[in-house]
Amino acid sequence: MSADDQALTRRGTVLEERGPGPVRVALPVNGTEHAVEIEPRVSLLDALREHLQLTGAKKGCDQGTCGACTVWVDGRRVLSCLTLAVACEGREVTTIEGLAEDGALHGMQQAFIAEDAFQCGYCTPGQIMSAVALLEEGRTGDEEIKEGMSGNLCRCAAYPNIRAAVRSVRDRA
Amino acid sequence: MTAPTSTATAVGQDLARLDGRPKVTGSARYSTEVPAPGAAHACLVGSRIAAGRVLAVDAEAARAEEGVLAVLTHENLPGIAEQPPLVPSLAGTAAPGQTFFPMQDDTVHYAGQHIAVVVADTWERARHAAHLLRISYEETPATTTFEQGRDQAYVPERIFGGWLPGRISRGDADAGLAGAELRVDAAFTFAANHHNPLEPSCTTAWWEGDELVLHDATQGVNATQITVARLLGIPRSRIRVIGHYVGGSFGSKAMIHDHPALAALAARAVGRPVRLALTREQMFTSVGHREEQEQQISLGATREGRLTAIRHHKLSPTSHFDDWAEPSIGVSAQLYACPHFDGVYRLFRANTMTPTFMRAPGEASGLFALECAMDELAHELGLDPVELRLRNYADASPMTGQPWSSSGLRECYRRGAARFGWQDRDPRPGVRREGDWLIGTGMAAAGYPVAPPPTPQRARARLYDDGTAVVQAATPEFGTGVVTAMTQVAADALGMPVGRCRFEGGDTALPDIAAAVGSSGAGMISAAVHSAGTALREQLVALAVADRGSPLYGRDPAEVAVRDGVMRAGSAAESYAGLLRRTARPDAEATGSWQPDSGAPYAMMTFGAQFAEVAVDPELGLVRVRRMTGAFAPGRVINPRTARGQLMSGMLWGLGQALLESNRMRPGTGRWTHASLGSYLVAVNADAPEVEVELVEVEDTVVNPLGVKGVGEIGQVGAAAAIANAVHHATGRRVRQLPITVEALL
Repeated sequence: MSADDQALTRRGTVLEERGPGPVRVALPVNGTEHAVEIEPRVSLLDALREHLQLTGAKKGCDQGTCGACTVWVDGRRVLSCLTLAVACEGREVTTIEGLAEDGALHGMQQAFIAEDAFQCGYCTPGQIMSAVALLEEGRTGDEEIKEGMSGNLCRCAAYPNIRAAVRSVRDRA
Repeated sequence: MTAPTSTATAVGQDLARLDGRPKVTGSARYSTEVPAPGAAHACLVGSRIAAGRVLAVDAEAARAEEGVLAVLTHENLPGIAEQPPLVPSLAGTAAPGQTFFPMQDDTVHYAGQHIAVVVADTWERARHAAHLLRISYEETPATTTFEQGRDQAYVPERIFGGWLPGRISRGDADAGLAGAELRVDAAFTFAANHHNPLEPSCTTAWWEGDELVLHDATQGVNATQITVARLLGIPRSRIRVIGHYVGGSFGSKAMIHDHPALAALAARAVGRPVRLALTREQMFTSVGHREEQEQQISLGATREGRLTAIRHHKLSPTSHFDDWAEPSIGVSAQLYACPHFDGVYRLFRANTMTPTFMRAPGEASGLFALECAMDELAHELGLDPVELRLRNYADASPMTGQPWSSSGLRECYRRGAARFGWQDRDPRPGVRREGDWLIGTGMAAAGYPVAPPPTPQRARARLYDDGTAVVQAATPEFGTGVVTAMTQVAADALGMPVGRCRFEGGDTALPDIAAAVGSSGAGMISAAVHSAGTALREQLVALAVADRGSPLYGRDPAEVAVRDGVMRAGSAAESYAGLLRRTARPDAEATGSWQPDSGAPYAMMTFGAQFAEVAVDPELGLVRVRRMTGAFAPGRVINPRTARGQLMSGMLWGLGQALLESNRMRPGTGRWTHASLGSYLVAVNADAPEVEVELVEVEDTVVNPLGVKGVGEIGQVGAAAAIANAVHHATGRRVRQLPITVEALL
């Protein structure tokens, strides 16, 4: 993800200095424009969970090591615990809550249920957001799936079933 | 998967998890995610030193920060009402993780011990203010290593929260070993392990007048309720604990550590709801761990491969307050027919918190030692490892002589070996090569005791006049699939389709269930649910046969069968819903209770057999597990899909235990070497091979009404030994430490 992350830093542009007190940040999430009053140090994960009540993205470590907080920014997967919300201003954020369309589950969500690809469910939103993006990135080989899903820890160790779910969506495409 | 339509068959169906949709859409709310308007955030602060005392906490700068509401330390935290004893939460009594509650005085017993709570209106402000605390200490020398503790080791009277003796013996092990024709002596070392569920422990707390509401991540809402009630000195009836979804536990949420009570105290201090979530780093110092340990084992045997004696000793550090050791020796005493046994736990006091249950607590480490030693014995004897185990099969408990309530162990060996392809194995070590990799296979036996709860377990079933039912029991869903499995049990008991039954749990407002620990959940909860569902069915049938308006009037209740919610006797039939509507009853309700027969003359254990294939690169010291097969006999299987999931999960925990998971206290500082998921390694997707799970169903009429022995732990037992034995088969090297590191193979 390192190449993708650079986009968030907007290299070569000088951003207006704001903070350290709360500032108004416009945050489009799942197709809806939101405005939150947050300190610039607030992570995208905390902005979603604490300010927008979108608790689908999970806080597993707050250190970028577990993947439970994975969401998409402009269609690219990021670790929202290591992303500042203020850096996402004007970008399209997609969370697990935005994946189902009109109440119809995304194929990956269906596959996770069908393949029993979770137990406690805490890592599941992050797994699914990673899995959908992985296939869209064209990393579809069996080994690529194994490797590409290794940034999302599942302590229930449903890994073989997670792979089966991802492969089943790949094979239907 | 469509729901089964015929009622007698819900148990055993491969039903998809009923909590799937909320979990894959992100709508499932875990304990810090429940709405709590105006909630403040609490940040715990841990001690930097491992021994000594807190001289002063300068909170001036922290308190001056915008949004900071309170800084609680030993100087201003209200004292607890009493410290309940440490008793496993299965007992249904108070279950503190250790008999020490922080911030009652200035003493520091271990690094990371909670010494302050900072509360602020946002998480960022609380955390920042926590960093601004200036804490001065008086540091005294700490005991943190085996070298320091070995000489002061003692044999405790009791271990494991008082439930087990510090010594186990039968016969005369010295004589048995002296008279043995063959002997294996081996010493093993184990790193400490940490549970690290993906959801850190957390509590949301608020007060409604003098009533306390806690949303807590726990394996037992009642355990949280009783423990907090005792600590704070308030009646149980004034505390409601809710925990619908719990993001994994593995023992870290089996006992009630200090944070739920601290969250309640913080909420009272600031007069608003408080969310308290441990950080990942604090998960290493706040919820217990599997202790670092050494084990020595000696096996004596005849030339025919019959065991004559087993000696199994363990040494491990415990806290200054509790005699805790995970019971690593218990299964060694029971797994094989062997006349002489000697088991001793030795402890030394160290600057650590009290260790706690961690998946397969004791069996995971103890059977590593025993089953690696058995592999050595098989090798010495030139016997196949499966054959050696069959020769020592115990058809009754070697400790008590009581027969097993059910076993299935021989069938596990046979079917596991067949599925794995064990029969073609060349026993010679170090002779199979594929490119840079040496290939080997290994196996081990698995055993895990069935521990029935000592208190009654209850559930309630309610049927509405629209023909749907709700069945309730307090147990939370922490990944075991209990919501799905109990819906199946309820459906069968009521004689209804699964689709018209719903299970509700995770709330102390519901009938009492002990904490679901030690693989006891499925057995005890199914017993309560079965009992409640059966009671309601009998109540409705009795109502129908006594009612002149019913087509079933005058029938013998024993001849009435219920399917799909319709009561039938011969050609007469009436549905539950029809009966209720016709008699103007909006609903009907019954409770059920189950208490195990503690005097049953049987020994109870779950058995299994583990097989693994590894590839080892001897130049680089790398080990890759290529495949695993486990065969287990957990009694009746309520839902094969969720049961397989848990067994697979346990086996992969065995892989992590074998190759990855490691922590040690640093000499001097007493801090853990690893305190993040970046350096405390757990298995990731690429580490996990395909896993085969063979379910060997055995009938058990003793353990509980449905004959369910549980699947939470047995999957891990023996898995690490099978991997280590495969490493020996691949390389010819015996590695007697866990985890098996690169250095150990170079």
